[in-house]
Amino acid sequence: MNINLTLIGQMVAFVCFVMFCMKYVWPPLLAAMAEREKKIADGLAAADRASHDLELAQEKAVERLKDAKHEAASIVDAANKRGAQLVEEAKQAAVVEADRVKAAAHAEIEQESNRAKEQLRGQVAALALAGAEKVLGAEIDRSAHAELVDKLAAEL
Amino acid sequence: MAGSTQTVSEYITHHLTNLTFGKLPGGFARADGTVVGSDGAWVFADGGTEAAAMGFYAIHVDSMLWSIGLGIVFCWIFRSVAKKAESGVPSGLVNGVEMVVEFVDNTVRDTFHGHNKLIAPLALTVFVWVLLMNLMDLVPIDLVPKFLEVVFGVHFQKIVPSTDPNITLGMAVGVFILMLYYSIKVKGFGFVKELSMTPFNHWAFIPVNLFMEIVGLLAKPFSLGLRLFGNLYAGEMIFILIAALFSAGALWMVPAGLLQVAWGIFHLLVIPLQAFIFMVLTIVYLSMAHEDH
Repeated sequence: MNINLTLIGQMVAFVCFVMFCMKYVWPPLLAAMAEREKKIADGLAAADRASHDLELAQEKAVERLKDAKHEAASIVDAANKRGAQLVEEAKQAAVVEADRVKAAAHAEIEQESNRAKEQLRGQVAALALAGAEKVLGAEIDRSAHAELVDKLAAEL
Repeated sequence: MAGSTQTVSEYITHHLTNLTFGKLPGGFARADGTVVGSDGAWVFADGGTEAAAMGFYAIHVDSMLWSIGLGIVFCWIFRSVAKKAESGVPSGLVNGVEMVVEFVDNTVRDTFHGHNKLIAPLALTVFVWVLLMNLMDLVPIDLVPKFLEVVFGVHFQKIVPSTDPNITLGMAVGVFILMLYYSIKVKGFGFVKELSMTPFNHWAFIPVNLFMEIVGLLAKPFSLGLRLFGNLYAGEMIFILIAALFSAGALWMVPAGLLQVAWGIFHLLVIPLQAFIFMVLTIVYLSMAHEDH
């Protein structure tokens, strides 16, 4: 219980430990703790931001979906319209084509019949001449009566 | 436990004697019959009377070694944590150490309003160091001294440094020097004025003021050191008495054991409380030294 050199010794030790603590213990520990605090605060802020972003994104997604549905509906609509139009056009084209073919056929028939008539006319002329020759018993000069015969043939 | 050749009072005295190394004055007759030469001699004291005869030029080897050892334990633990401290998820020891650091940091922030990089590390050192020294009180009272006596032949050993007034007053005086330093540094001449012109602000009262203020100032380190010493000394004393009770006969074993447990549990409160008080008063005193009126 005597006061002695121990007191001085303890003071020296005290100073040494405090200085050690001040230099090598306190600053790194506090720095690490402050950094962690900041990290956690940042993390929380980021989480907040993220949830906010998520909300926004969801809203946007819903909007997009709605737009897309609209667009799809309009595209289907347009396609339907276009299809109907195509069918209509095809129908019209078919009608036109049919008319054309029909007209061509008519023209050809007309032509054929004309050609047949022509042929028949020629043959009728020859037959008439031959008949007339037989009837008259004499030869009829073809060239002399050509005008008459042609006239006859044209009348047939 | 008290041996058969030891009376209870011898047992108690033995436990309250430090292992002292010091200079015996010339002409001192030692217990073994030899007489110290005229130049004096540096020896280990063989009991309380020799230690007392050594006066100031003696050192309590046990207090000193345990105190420094515990200080090194503190530095080692905290330094190893500080080295691997990073901003990631803390675990185990790092968590515990950071809890202590944060606790001290908050206490300093609440109490000390100036800017001084020294205060917080000082408070941390004081708190943990005193806590470790106080914790030695929970080591069974005979364990270490008996072990050292049997194995190394060391006769005296007090393993609780804070039951040595030299240790507690050493720290208190350290704090006191810091108080004076910062008072003068922060207040300059205002410090002298504070001592001489309060509480009675009149020149005629300067001697009265000086006397009162200086007594008040000196009371701070003494109360700081002696409070810790007194609490721990009393605690250790009770532990010694309870230990002595074991030797009073088989009938006393059970009550002594119960008392030991009860006092140990109570002391679990005293130990951190005294460390905390020492730290808080250190901060408060230094905070007062920084306050310029």
